[in-house]
Amino acid sequence: MTNTIAWEPVIGIEVHVELSTRSKMFCGCAVDFGAPPNTNVCPVCLGLPGALPVPNRKAIEHILAIGLALNCEVSPRSVFHRKNYFYADLPKNYQISQFDVPVCTGGFLDITVDGETRRIGIERAHMEEDTGKSTHVGQGGRIHAASATLLDFNRSGVPLVEIVSKPEIRSAAEARAYAQELRSLVAELGVSDARLEEGSLRFDANVSVRMAGTDVLGTKVEIKNMNSFRSLERAIEHEVERQITLVAEGEELTQETRHWDEEKGVTHSMRTKEGSSDYRYFTEPDLVPMVIGDSWVAAVRDALPELPARRRARYQGLGLDGRSAAVLSDAPTRLREIFDEAVAVGAGAVAAANWVTGEITGHIRRTGIDAHELTLDGAQLAELVGLVDEGLVSPTAAKEVLEGVLAGEGSPRQVAMTRDLAQMSDPGELAAVVASVLASHPDAVESFRSSGEEKVVGFLVGQVMRVTQGKADPRMVNRLLRESLGG
Amino acid sequence: MTPSTPTIVEAGALLRSGEVTAISLLEGVLEVAHRTEAMLHAYLTIDREGAVEAAVAADTELAAGHDRGPLHGIPVALKDNMCTRGLETTASSQILSGYLPPYDATVVRRLREAGAVIVGKTNLDEFAMGSSTENSAYGATYNPWDIGRVPGGSSGGSAAAVAAGSAITGLGSDTGGSIRQPAALSGIVGLKPTYGTVSRYGLIAFASSLDQIGPLSRTVDDAALTLEAIWGHDPLDATSYPGEYPDLRADMTTGVSGLKVGVVSELAGEGYEPDVEAAVAAMVERLAGEGAAVVEVSLPSFEIALSAYYLIAPAEASANLARFDGIRYGLRVPGDTTESLMARTRAEGFGPEVTRRILLGTYGLSAGYYEAFYGQAQRVRAAIRQDLARVYHDVDVLVSPTSPTVAFEAGARVADPLAMYLSDICTIPSNLAGDPAISVPIGLDGRGLPIGFQVMAPALGERTLFRVAAEVERLAGFTARPEIELVAS
Amino acid sequence: MPVEIDIAHVARLARLDLTQDELAAYQGQLGVILEHAARVQTLEGKPEVESTHTLGLENVYRDDEVTPSLDREEVLAAAPETRDGYFVVPPALES
Ligand SMILES: [Mg+2]
Ligand SMILES: [Zn+2]
Repeated sequence: MTNTIAWEPVIGIEVHVELSTRSKMFCGCAVDFGAPPNTNVCPVCLGLPGALPVPNRKAIEHILAIGLALNCEVSPRSVFHRKNYFYADLPKNYQISQFDVPVCTGGFLDITVDGETRRIGIERAHMEEDTGKSTHVGQGGRIHAASATLLDFNRSGVPLVEIVSKPEIRSAAEARAYAQELRSLVAELGVSDARLEEGSLRFDANVSVRMAGTDVLGTKVEIKNMNSFRSLERAIEHEVERQITLVAEGEELTQETRHWDEEKGVTHSMRTKEGSSDYRYFTEPDLVPMVIGDSWVAAVRDALPELPARRRARYQGLGLDGRSAAVLSDAPTRLREIFDEAVAVGAGAVAAANWVTGEITGHIRRTGIDAHELTLDGAQLAELVGLVDEGLVSPTAAKEVLEGVLAGEGSPRQVAMTRDLAQMSDPGELAAVVASVLASHPDAVESFRSSGEEKVVGFLVGQVMRVTQGKADPRMVNRLLRESLGG
Repeated sequence: MTPSTPTIVEAGALLRSGEVTAISLLEGVLEVAHRTEAMLHAYLTIDREGAVEAAVAADTELAAGHDRGPLHGIPVALKDNMCTRGLETTASSQILSGYLPPYDATVVRRLREAGAVIVGKTNLDEFAMGSSTENSAYGATYNPWDIGRVPGGSSGGSAAAVAAGSAITGLGSDTGGSIRQPAALSGIVGLKPTYGTVSRYGLIAFASSLDQIGPLSRTVDDAALTLEAIWGHDPLDATSYPGEYPDLRADMTTGVSGLKVGVVSELAGEGYEPDVEAAVAAMVERLAGEGAAVVEVSLPSFEIALSAYYLIAPAEASANLARFDGIRYGLRVPGDTTESLMARTRAEGFGPEVTRRILLGTYGLSAGYYEAFYGQAQRVRAAIRQDLARVYHDVDVLVSPTSPTVAFEAGARVADPLAMYLSDICTIPSNLAGDPAISVPIGLDGRGLPIGFQVMAPALGERTLFRVAAEVERLAGFTARPEIELVAS
Repeated sequence: MPVEIDIAHVARLARLDLTQDELAAYQGQLGVILEHAARVQTLEGKPEVESTHTLGLENVYRDDEVTPSLDREEVLAAAPETRDGYFVVPPALES
C-alpha cells in the first residue's frame, strides 16, 4: 500500500546575487537599472569584435565577503572559465563564469524554522557575469504570428555571485527560511541591493523526493521563475506534491527544468535550450588566475559588519528573549545604534529594546520618517528608561515624555518638567492628600477597619490618584494609606 | 617613375631634412598601390581621406617642431583584423561585411599618437585562419615576387604591401606563424613579440592565448621602430605585461660573438626544400664564423606541437567566433526563430576554413572528447615550455627555417588542409610557448623566391633576438626587391 | 586510429546550419585532421598545466570606476534590426 510509504523532499537552492558595484564585472559601464535601453553598453559588454574583459576588484572583494559570511573556504588559486551556449541575451554566446575552481567552497548557513535551528551546507559560491534582458512583445496584437524579442544589454556584464546550497533542505518552509536568511545576509554585507522584485536576487530550486530514511537520490527537477519568497515556498510545495503523487503511483520522473506559473500556482515543463547541455567549459584565456592571499582575505574579514546571527546571539546575551532579539536584529540600523548607545550608558536592555521595537518603531511607521531623522539619541533613551526606573515618571506618562522628546521639545527630564509629567512623590505633600481623601470617605474607612477588605484600599488609592490627576506615585500612596488605616 | 619606397629610417631622415613631406611619402605608396593592387590585392580598404588628413597633420606638426618620433608621417598598412573606428573592419569575412567599429584597437590608437599615417586595411585569411591569404571572402592576395604564388598568411596583405612598397611598414597578427611565415615568403622581416607585450584590445580574436600583434617591415631596424611604437602595458588587456620592457636597440650592433646558438634538429629533414635547408645551414655557418657557439639541440615535444596547436587554437576560436550571430552587428540571414537566424547566419557568413576550425574546436571541447584532445593538447603545451626552459639553460637563441618551403603556388594547398597546416610547423612552437621569434630574409632560392631565417628567444628575450637578427641581416646583405612590372590598374 | 565524430551534433553545438553534403564533407576532413591531432596522446608523462600565460601574470583587476559607455545611435547603427533603442530578434524557443 503506497500510502504507508513516507516520501521526503530533497531540496537544493541556487541563488544568483547581483552585486551593487558602481561599474560592471569586466568593463567600466555603469550598473544602473532603469536607464534607457542599451545606454550602459560598450565593446566589452556588447561582445563587439576585439573587446577584452578586465575583472572588477570590488566584485572580487564582495564575493570574498559573501564567502566568509557563509563560512566558506577561499580557494588560494581560482580561475575564470568560458561557459559556452548560444542565447540571444548573451552577447559573446559564452558566459564568463567559474567551473572547477570557484572562489569560495564548502560553507554553511544556519536557518530557524518554528524555533528549530538547522545548518544548511553551502556547496560553493562563484563569480560570473549577468546576461542582457529579453522582452517578448507582440506586434499589432498578433502575439503568436508576429511576436518579437527586444534585447537590452544594460544588464549584460553586471557582476553576479552564484551561491549553491547542498541538497540538505527538507521542506518548502526551510527553503523559504534559507532564502530569507541569505537575503538579509547579503543586504547586511552591503554587497547587493537584494531586491527580489528587481531581480537582484534570483532563486532556482532543485527538487527531488526519496523514501524517507534512504539516501538514494531521486530524479532532480529544476524549478525557475520564483520572484518572491512566497512563490519560492509555494512552487516547492507544489513540486514536491507533484513528484510524490507520481512516484507513489510508480511513475518515472523526467529530469527537466520546470517553470513556476504564479497565477495558476503550478509548474510546467520548459522547452530546454537546444544543445545547451554541453557547455564545453575551458579556462578563459583573456584572464589570468586569481591568487587570493591570506592578507587579502584577512582585510575583507576585518571589514565585515556584524551579521544577523551573531547579533541575535549578542542581544540574547544582554537578556533579551529569542523573539525580541530577532525583532530588534531586523530593526533599522539607526534604531539598533540607539539601543546599543542606551545600553552602553547603563539603560536596562529589555526596557530599551521594548521602547525601540515598540513606541519608537511605531512612531516611525506613523510619521513615515527615516530612523536617521529621529531627534532621539541613545543617551536620551537611557534617560527615559531611568526616569521610569526611579519612579520619577509613570510608565503611562513616559509615553507622553517620549512624544515630547520625538517632537524635539528637549531631553526626557526637560519634557517631564515642561509637560508637568513628574510623579508626586514628596511624602509630606502626599500625606496631606491621603488625609483629606480619608476624611471625605469615612464609611469606606469604617468598612476596612471592620472587614479589612483589600478592594477598599484599592478604591482609596484610586481616589488619591484621581485627586492628583494620576501623578501620585501609586506605591507610596499605598504605603501611606495602610499606615493611616493602621492596617 | 615612382621613387622606390624608402624604409622608416630613410624616410625619417628625408622628412626631417625637408627633402620629402608626409604627403609626398603617402602619394608615393598610394602610387605603388595604384599600380600593383590589380595584381596583388594586398588591401581590402585604402583610406585615402584619413591618410591624407593624417599626413597633412604630420607635416604641420613636424614643421612646427612637434616631432612625435620615428613613425611620425610614416605610411603604415594595418591587417584588417584590427578595429579602426568608423573604418570598415571585416577580418576578411562575409559575416563582418560593412562593419564599422565604434572604437580603435589599442595598437591603432598608439599608431595615431605616434603620428603614423594609416594607409588602409590589408587582406588576410578569414579571421586569420590560414597560411596563404587565399581564405579571404574578398579574394586572395598574391606574392609580389611571383604573382602566381601566395604571399603566405594569414598576414599576407600586410606582407605583400610592405614587400611591394605600397606601405613603408605594416602590422600583422601571429597566432601560429601568421606574421613570420608571410614575411619569409615575401622577403621581408616579420616579428612575433613576447605574448603580452603588445595589447590585443581591438584585435579580432582568433585564439586568445596565442594571438600576438607584431610588425612586418623591410628591415630589422624598421621592425624595432614599429614595435617600439605599439608595445607596452595596456590596462584594457588583462594579459598585458605590466613590467619592464627590453631595450631592443641595446645590442643591435654588438654582433653574435660569444652567443650560444641552438639549431633545432626537429625542424629539418622531410618536407623541407633543399634550397631552404642549404640557405639556413649557410647562415648558421656564418654566425659561427662571427664567433657564435653553434650547437644542435633537440626538443622532442616540437614533433607534436602542430597537433596540439590544431586542437588549442580551434577550441579557443570556436568560442571567440560564437559572438558572430547576426544580432548586434554584421551579416544577418533571417530565420523564424533566433536559433535558426543564428545558425543560418553563421553557416552563410563563415567560409569553409573557418567553419572547419569551429567544428574542430567544438568537437575537441565537447563532452567525452575534452580530455583526450583539448586537455591533452594543453599538457603538450606545458611539455613544450619545459623542453624550451631546458634548452635555454644552454643556449641564448634557437634558429630554424621560418617555413619548410618558399612561396607555393596559388591554389596548391587549398584542397588539402593538413598540407596547408604543415606550413606553420616551424613557427607554432613559439606561439604555444608565448616566446618571441623573428623571421629575417637571407636570400633567394633557385627560382628567385625569398627564404626566411627564424630566430627564437625566451620570453622577453627581444634584446638578444634583435642582436642576432641584426647580425643575420648584415651577414645576408639581402637587398633584392621584387620586380613587379608596374601596370596601371 | 580513426576518430568517431557525430558531426551533426557538433554542428548543432556550434550553431551552424549545414546541409547534409556539407556535414559529410566536414566529417571526412575532420577525421583526417583529428587523426593527426591525436598524436598529442603520444606525449609521455603528465606535466602540470598551469596558467597559459607565458609571463605567469596573476591578479589583474580594474578599480570599480565608471567609464563612458558608447553612443547608442552608433551602436545600433551596426545592428541588422532595431526598435525603440532595442536590438530585435525573432521569438526565442521558449514557452
Ligand atoms: Mg549561473
Ligand atoms: Zn560595458
